Amino acid sequence: MNSLKRYAPQLTTLAIVLLLNYLVFPDFFKIEIANGKLYGTLIDVLNRGAPVALLCVGMTLVIATKGIDLSVGAVMAICGAVAASTVDSGGGVFMALSLALLAGLICGIWNGVLVSVLNIQPIIATLILMVAGRGIAQLITEGAILTFNDEGLIFVGSGSIFSIPMPILIWIAVGIIVTFIVRRTALGMLIESIGINQRASTFSGVNARVLLILVYAVSGLCAALAGTIAAADIRGADANNAGLWLELDAILAVVVGGTSLLGGRFTLIGSLIGAMIIQSINTGILLSGFPPEFNLIIKAAIIVIILVIQSPALQSKYIEYRDRRETGKTPVGKDAAS
Amino acid sequence: MFLKKVLASAAVIATVALSTTSALALTVGFSQIGSESGWRAAETTITLQQAKDRGIDLKFADAQQKQENQIKALRSFIAQGVDAIFVAPVVATGWDSVLKEVKEAGIPVILLDRTIDSSDDLYLTAVTSDFIFEGSVAGKWLVDAVDGKECSVVELQGTTGSAPAIERKEGFEQGLAGSKVSIIRSQTADFTRTKGKEVMESFLKAEGGGKNICALYAHNDDMAVGAIQAIKEAGLKPGSDILVVSIDAVPDIFKAMMAGEANATVELTPNMAGPAFDALDAFLKDGTLPPKWIQSESRLYTKDDDLQAIYDLKKDLGY
Repeated sequence: MNSLKRYAPQLTTLAIVLLLNYLVFPDFFKIEIANGKLYGTLIDVLNRGAPVALLCVGMTLVIATKGIDLSVGAVMAICGAVAASTVDSGGGVFMALSLALLAGLICGIWNGVLVSVLNIQPIIATLILMVAGRGIAQLITEGAILTFNDEGLIFVGSGSIFSIPMPILIWIAVGIIVTFIVRRTALGMLIESIGINQRASTFSGVNARVLLILVYAVSGLCAALAGTIAAADIRGADANNAGLWLELDAILAVVVGGTSLLGGRFTLIGSLIGAMIIQSINTGILLSGFPPEFNLIIKAAIIVIILVIQSPALQSKYIEYRDRRETGKTPVGKDAAS
Repeated sequence: MFLKKVLASAAVIATVALSTTSALALTVGFSQIGSESGWRAAETTITLQQAKDRGIDLKFADAQQKQENQIKALRSFIAQGVDAIFVAPVVATGWDSVLKEVKEAGIPVILLDRTIDSSDDLYLTAVTSDFIFEGSVAGKWLVDAVDGKECSVVELQGTTGSAPAIERKEGFEQGLAGSKVSIIRSQTADFTRTKGKEVMESFLKAEGGGKNICALYAHNDDMAVGAIQAIKEAGLKPGSDILVVSIDAVPDIFKAMMAGEANATVELTPNMAGPAFDALDAFLKDGTLPPKWIQSESRLYTKDDDLQAIYDLKKDLGY
């Protein structure tokens, strides 16, 4: 109950966005099974939201350390290209997945070393790979869209287990595993302590250097999974466009999910809800049938409203208002204080 | 003895020099934008090929998307004393001063696949495609394909506000004028496969699982390839349940057409250099001035063409 209350702003926002979608498209919640797979607009939201949701997992941890990872979109392109060229040259799906994950890990460790060992500001450190990464991906695909027909790899993008599309299973599994690891151990708290005050946590014995490399490595791995899914989905690695601008969507999802860019406290579940809010907006716009010139304006307007509602200034005003009302009737309860 | 040797070597040098000048009758400088897309890579390949076939010495300069690199390339072409310059301009503005220098040097300039805002006496001619015409070819094909019957079309637009997106839409609507074919949904998919698939999924859901859709028109082949997968995953047959027509003619759409999953594509030919060389030859031979705009060919390909042969031809061009 308590945890639900913690996500109340995000869940309410998601509910409102979904309701808006239902209003522009009455069949929004209709789900059926077609070709042995769940089929419906709600499934599309979960499925299309997979890349951003995966990026969000890594991005949340990075942002919790007061960092940022701008390179995830380009890392997606690199890893998608690695996976595609592996199956293209005869490797199987497991080989492709392992090499893609390895590529993501290397990219992540590179970012981590720049940030923690060389002390470069995260925004600049990851900007390097953001710019250069797409070039690396283009080198791998030789500038063209590298298409493939490997059933195993295609399964990662458009297959299904128990009628649930693979991308949905992957992002939910990654979300649960990472949440479990950081919350059942002290890891999450240590990451938060770095975000609040890196020097103080180092003095109190936290190995900030290793932890920083670790969070960027996790971000790289998540980007690798997202890139593989994106390539498998269209059966081709598109170095120019895969993951383009998705780093911004991921950062937005983390912020909408309730994690501050100033580091410290973070919530993975909130970020994942944030990712779904953003995808619901995208899907809703497509279903609405408005001319495409309005897409960005509608999206921007909805996000501005969400951020204003969630802004600390408005929140404290609301709590003040609620407290005043409630103290008028009943004594201050536990709820009013929280 | 010594003198003999010198004379002999002088003779050798002279013949080499003579043979090189006669073989390299024409030198053309080509300033290419870069290699940002498969189409541009194919354009570069074909331009080099055309020059080789015609025995022209082509000096190639890749500008890597930067106008200052193109301006530098043009100045170095002047210094090298080339006979003509081809430019694929990366932007439309800022060409006046360098083109005046080229003009003073007496070198004709031909623009490839894009035009510029400068006065048209600064260049000989421009060879470009007509996006409106391409769209109308696609539209007319669709009207013929459905025998003038009613047909609801969904449209995947290119990047909002880009010239190809605006003009291919306009042209398609011109092609449909007076028929019972109409566009029921139109949305941008940014010229990419991923977006093509995502937007098509939403079209299918919004139009009764695709039952109301008779045809798909995509502003480029990549979006069509993505959309074809969405149609298949929705349990429909692209190519028969939903007709697919798109523009560009990249190799992958020929694969789809051979599988019966796409119906027609209008070619944006990467051969802009062919007509440019023809115009240049005529101009250098007897001073024939070409028109200021040469429209490149926009061919329609359908299942009636030898798709395999065209695919084989295109797949090595660097698309």
